[in-house]
Amino acid sequence: MNVPDISVYYFGAIALVLIGLYAVLVKKNVLKILIGLSIMETGVNLLLVSIGYVSGKSAPILSEGITASNAVDPIPQALVLTAIVIGVATTAMALSAAIILYEKYGTLNVEEIRRLRG
Amino acid sequence: MLKRALAIITLLIIGYWLAQGLAGVPFGEDKMVVGKYYLEHVKEDTGAVNAVTAIVVNYRGFDTLGEVTVLFIASTGVGALLWRKKKKRTAKTEGSLVLTTGVELLFPFVVLFGTYIFIHGHLTPGGGFPGGATIATAFLLLYMAFITYEIPHRAFEKTEGLAGIGYVLVGLIGLAIGGYFLYDWIWQTWGWGHDNIGRLFSGGFIPIIYTLIGIKVGTELSGIIDNMLKEGVSE
Amino acid sequence: MNCITCIEYIIVALMILSAILAVEWRDLLAAAVGMAAVSLFASILFFMLQAPDVAMTEAAIGAALSGAIVIFAIKRTQRFETEEEEKPGWWVRW
Repeated sequence: MNVPDISVYYFGAIALVLIGLYAVLVKKNVLKILIGLSIMETGVNLLLVSIGYVSGKSAPILSEGITASNAVDPIPQALVLTAIVIGVATTAMALSAAIILYEKYGTLNVEEIRRLRG
Repeated sequence: MLKRALAIITLLIIGYWLAQGLAGVPFGEDKMVVGKYYLEHVKEDTGAVNAVTAIVVNYRGFDTLGEVTVLFIASTGVGALLWRKKKKRTAKTEGSLVLTTGVELLFPFVVLFGTYIFIHGHLTPGGGFPGGATIATAFLLLYMAFITYEIPHRAFEKTEGLAGIGYVLVGLIGLAIGGYFLYDWIWQTWGWGHDNIGRLFSGGFIPIIYTLIGIKVGTELSGIIDNMLKEGVSE
Repeated sequence: MNCITCIEYIIVALMILSAILAVEWRDLLAAAVGMAAVSLFASILFFMLQAPDVAMTEAAIGAALSGAIVIFAIKRTQRFETEEEEKPGWWVRW
């Protein structure tokens, strides 16, 4: 089994996605699951920006001295700019749903809630 | 214990597959196809110097309208889920002397800096979204320092609605003058700012749209914070 | 010895360490601080990948506002995560 040869940015992004997925699968507290979801979104955004990097070039702001053939890819950065804001909006709405759950059932443990519901 | 071990083994298998897939995408090589077209034509098509904000507002402006809609739905959802008949703040400790004095001195400067970020969106990095988030952080500082502070909720909601209507109106004026929704009528029909590239009064309608987005995002995030901090009180 | 690559390795290692700690700690307030730290290190990595707009947005929204709303949700629920003792497995129905 050969170890694939990837850069350190790809490795960091994949590790963040896996740690967030572990929190969603194993943990029982609702707030801990939502923290894991937010860490997964940060990992995916890092992966998208690091695919568009061209080594040796500089930021895509074309002031004096930087021509169009001297800049990194601007399209993944435009995608990630949108994705970060949408991530915080969905996290806010999910946390409000968790507050309502606590006020109705008195606990934040998913197995207790399943037992109290049925 | 068994569940944890099974989860870790599954995650390692998924990680190995992801790494094998990403080994075929070499890091740091030039693979731009559409990006090269955007970088070469951005100065004469839009007049902006910052290529990323020109793509977000001008080339792909309809997707930004969708993002503003998603933020609006999330803010309305938070307000609808946490609604009570009478709400008030339930903080018990007053802020210390350093905090209250510092916030009173710093609040206008933070709002000024946020306004600077979204006005110069077509020249320097930033744009409407971090500018609006900075303004919301200024209001969060005021909430932390004083126990009985509340934002004027009605005025903020009206401002947010008017800013959203303004964005759609800019697009509809473009539809009336040019041929399609969100046509850049300032840069292409009126021709303002063609000799001013790199200074403030250029860039077509990018500063106007970013001002509207900055105001909308700032008041929306402040409304979310205000809804989450108040608790219902029964009489 | 190239110094830029050793800074990259150090920051990626700190980011992964604070993500593991944010998931493992029982005190939810500490987990919220760990999540804000992950956002902060990701913002530094965005800057090193020559993306200043994304770095600014991630620092303003991820580190400040996302951490703050998790702390407000903790304020209205409970602070510590209670771990019950191991129930018998799923093949024993109660």
